[in-house]
Formats: sequence, C-alpha cells, structure tokens
Amino acid sequence: MIVDKHGSPLSTLKSDSPDTKHGMILYVEDVSVSFDGFKALNDLNLYIGDGELRCLIGANGAGKTTLMDVITGKTRPDTGKVSFGQQIDLLQLDESEIARAGIGRKFQKPTVFEALSVFENLELSLAGDKGIWNALFHKLSGEQKDKIDEVLTTIGLTAEQHYPAGRLSHGQKQWLEIGMLLAAEPRMLLVDEPVAGMTAQETERTAELLTSLAGKHSVVVVEHDMAFVRSIARKVTVLHQGSVLAEGSMDEIQENKDVREVYLGEEQA
Amino acid sequence: MKHLLNSPMVKKMSSLHFVIAILFISTFYVTLCNLVFPEGSLLHVSDYTVSLLGKYLCYALLALAVDLVWGYCGILSLGHGAFFALGGYAMGMYLMRQIGDRGVYGNPELPDFMVFLNWTELPWYWAGSDNAFVMILLVFAGPGLLAYIFGSLAFRSRVSGVYLSIMTQAMTYALLLSFFRNEMGFGGNNGLTDFKEIFGFSLQSPNTKLALFIATAVALAIGYAISHFIVNSKMGRVVTAIRDAEDRVRFVGYKPQHYKVWIFVVSAMLAGVAGALYVPQVGIINPGEFSPLNSIEIVIWVAIGGRGTLYGALVGAVVVSYAKTRFTAIMPEAWLFGLGGLFVLVTLLLPKGLAGLVSNLMDKVDPPSKAKQSEDPALQATTAENK
Repeated sequence: MIVDKHGSPLSTLKSDSPDTKHGMILYVEDVSVSFDGFKALNDLNLYIGDGELRCLIGANGAGKTTLMDVITGKTRPDTGKVSFGQQIDLLQLDESEIARAGIGRKFQKPTVFEALSVFENLELSLAGDKGIWNALFHKLSGEQKDKIDEVLTTIGLTAEQHYPAGRLSHGQKQWLEIGMLLAAEPRMLLVDEPVAGMTAQETERTAELLTSLAGKHSVVVVEHDMAFVRSIARKVTVLHQGSVLAEGSMDEIQENKDVREVYLGEEQA
Repeated sequence: MKHLLNSPMVKKMSSLHFVIAILFISTFYVTLCNLVFPEGSLLHVSDYTVSLLGKYLCYALLALAVDLVWGYCGILSLGHGAFFALGGYAMGMYLMRQIGDRGVYGNPELPDFMVFLNWTELPWYWAGSDNAFVMILLVFAGPGLLAYIFGSLAFRSRVSGVYLSIMTQAMTYALLLSFFRNEMGFGGNNGLTDFKEIFGFSLQSPNTKLALFIATAVALAIGYAISHFIVNSKMGRVVTAIRDAEDRVRFVGYKPQHYKVWIFVVSAMLAGVAGALYVPQVGIINPGEFSPLNSIEIVIWVAIGGRGTLYGALVGAVVVSYAKTRFTAIMPEAWLFGLGGLFVLVTLLLPKGLAGLVSNLMDKVDPPSKAKQSEDPALQATTAENK
C-alpha cells in the first residue's frame, strides 16, 4: 500500500474517487455492532445510490446514529463489510481518512469551532492537504476564497462571515456545519437531524438546501420530523432494532404493515 | 492617551511588535542603568536585580510555552516543570564539566558528586557533555523527546481533559523521584551546582550575568515571535478548533493527535530553553524543579495573566514572580495562601486574567466603534484576509 507523507494510506484515494460503476456509492453489508451484549446493529444491509437523497428514520435506539458512526469510522463493527464505492474499504480507514476520502458528517448537536469566525470555520473545512507543514505555511488561494464565498452564499451567512461562530443562532450554526461539509466537497454527506430546533421557516430553507445538493452529492439524512422527511425524501429507509425494516417511497412506507405495527402498535391482521 | 491609542501607528502594531518593543526597551534600560550609573545612584540597577530579572524572563518563557498548549490547544499540562528541569539539567551537565579540576576533589574528568560516589568513569549519557553544541542539542532534544513519547502515547490513545493533566503530574513526579536517586548520575538530591564558568566566561562576573539576562530577553523575544507565528497561522486555527471541538476536527479530515503532539513538542522545547537559561543565572539545578507544585504554579501564572493571549502569560509570570519575591521576604509562610487567594480572586473576578482586564480598559478608553470585532480574546475572530 502506498503511504503518503503523513503515514496514511490515502494518496491512492485522492486520485481514485470511489468506484461507482454499478450506480452505488455506499455498500453496508451484514453489519453487526453490539455494546455489552446489546445489538445496536443486527446484520444490517444498506445501499446508497450515487447522487441519491435518502432519509433514514426509526425510533430511538433503532441504530441510526450507530450506523453513522460505523460509516464514518467512529465505531468499528463486529462483523460485516462497509465500502465507499466498490473499492474503498472504510473499515481500514480512521475518521480523518474517511473524511478525506469524501464522506462528510454533520452531527446531531451542531458542532462548529466557536472561537473561530464563520469564514475560518469554512477555511479549515476546505478540501486539500490536512498535514502539519501545510497548516504552518498555508496561504489561501484565490480559488479557495471563491469556494468559501460560494459556500457562504449557499448557506446565507455572507454578512456574518467575520462573526465568531459561537455567536450564531442555533439554526445558523446548523447551516454553518452543513456549509463546512460543502466546503470539503464530499461525494457523500451524512446529515444527522438537520432541522432539530429550527423554526418552520428555517426548516423550509434547509429542505430546499438539501434537495438542491442531491444529484451532485449523495445525501443521507437522519430525521425524526416526518413532515420534513416527507418534504424532501424520494426514498426512505426505516430502521428497527438494528436492521432495515422497510424501504421505499414515503407513501409505500406509510402503507407498510411492519412499519405500522412497529410505529402504531397495530396488530397484524 | 486616547489620542495616542487612536493614532494609526499604534493601531497598526500587533501584540508581537508591542511585546518585542517593550522587551527591547526594558532590556536596554536595565543594561544602561547597570553599566553606566554607579552603585548608590538612584538609577543604578544592581547585579542582583539583573539576575532576578533574568530569572523572571525565564519564567515568562516557560509560561509562554504553557499558554501555547493550554490556552490555544486546550491541553492542560501540569507537568511542564519537567521540560523546564530537563533543559536545566542539560545546561547543568555542561556547566559541571566546565569546572574541570577546580572541584573539591580536583578530578579533571569527573564531577565532585561522582568522585564522592566512588565512580571511576563518566556514565555513557554524560559523553560529550563538555561540548557546548552537544549541550544546546540536548536542551532541545531532551524535553522534545520526552514530550514526543509522552504525547504520542497519550494523544494517540485519545487521553484528554483531567486524565491527561493527572498523567502529566505523574510524569513530573516520577522524574522527581528518579532524579533524587544518586544512581541516576545527576547528583541526587543536591543536584548540579558550584558552577564556575559558561563558554569560558566566569559566572561570578557582573558582565556575564548581564549577558545572560540579555540572552534570556532575546530568547524570550524569539520564542514569542515563533509562538505568534504559530497561533496566527492556519496551524493556530486548527489547534484552537481542536480545543473547542476535537471530534469535528477529525471528521473534517485532520488528525488531531498529530497536531497535539507537534504543539506539545514545540512547547516542551521552549520550556527546555527557559530551563537552560535559568540554571546559570541561579547557579543550581536540583530535583526540586520537577516538583508537581512548580508545574501547577506555572499554570496559575498563565491563568492570572490571561490564557490564550500569549502576552498574558508573560505578564502573569512576571507579576506573580515579583509578588512572590516581595512577599516571601516579608512573610514566607503566608505566600502560598496569598497565591491561592490570588488565584481564586482572579478566577472569580477576572476570568480572562489581567489581559482581559487590560482589553476591557482599552475598550473604555477607545469604545469599539467597530463593534463587530470582539476584544474578547476567547472569542476573538480576526478575519483570515487581514492576516
């Protein structure tokens, strides 16, 4: 394996973007994770298409966040296979390598660098060399500034670009975090509860933003807000007790017997 | 005053220029008063004071090192005294070898304490210690290597917060115990002392003392410039980001452990240089410098001065050390209570330390018309463009 100067096996990846010949960008196969005997994920299979916008729903403890953790390298599964495109085995990489391979993640609780300005938050998130020597002598290129300006416009924070991120409102922080993902130009975005704590108006704008991202990026959204899911989703996956319970359009899901049973406690006829 | 602060020249000066200007002016002033005005003159600065000031500047460099890791990267090191002491021992070994046959036992090869222990030859790790270049190398390599090993182990295993602080205390305490042992070959509890000369100049000579003071001021200025460069580069923004949201940094694609180890090593080297300059000015290095209490005291300097500002660390170290010199002369047993009380007061009343107080006063003199720019150091968000 070729190892770059930071000792990570990534130089191969920078040129090799994920192989999506078969139309899929993420393969999660037979993945199980248990914590002290509790099966958080149980033989889970999930495939995300290139450029798709997918919503993941499920009750608390269904394994949504654990699944995100597995994909981004925070949690290692006990068994199973996770690959980005066909050839990049995500189980061999750590969090930072997975991020550089092109998977961006937004946390449930908005997490931005509070002491830095909005502009600087985006600067740190830009794609490119993330090594120490680069950081010491780095100067922003015109191209990079343009990229930051473009992201600022997308997330509507141009006027606030010199504010410390800590002073932003909750909704603005959520957007900034999405902006940080965009600045990194990932192939796939994992977005955990993007509209939690947002006003109706902010929720609407977020829905617009996420829908506009699909196509160019693959987007996976975890959300509890069903109205929001309905407004953006083309395809929905329902998780239950660590496995996929149902998959399909929102209407199909709502008609699905298993889902109704789990969610509404209806007896199967 | 208001007019002066508003003048374009002052506005253009960064804290770097300001600190270096103050250092230069005060060093020049002390040198002048020491050399030109005769003893007894009101303006005379005694040799004793020169050495004392040199000592304070060493502390300031040490505090700067701690601010770099604690104030900017959030690593609360309670073991920086160990790096300071290691730098001091590296210098001490060199100074011991310069004594030559002028020791009590007159052995040209072995320092007195080795003769006393009936050792017949130098331990292998003393090899080359009489060479000034080896000494300078050791001043950087000793603390740097320890910081690298400690940091790699701790940061790779993602130890942080209070657990890390406890480990740094344990590290310096372990070194304290081992340096107390005669078998270590560093003079046991007496340490290394009775130095005669440095680079061929007598340590008793007032001129050497003055030169050491000036060298310390220069080292502090260089250390400050390096730290200023680091915290204002993208590196500084990455470590600040690590301080505030390490997970986020990781998911953005950086390896926080590499950054933490790097800044920890740089900081340890600065502390080592401070120790190396300290030893010839006080004339002794002993295992007491590894005391966990010393390391805690450094953190108190930085907290009192104001963390995360760099200059706050210098102010805190000098002010508290000066207070210590004065108060321990009046009531030695009350000093620790005084220091503790000061720490509590500053934490309660001035959470941003003296540096925060100064910037608040500056705001009053010169109300921030450009209110969007916060003077608050913890929230200071200067734009990337105007750097």
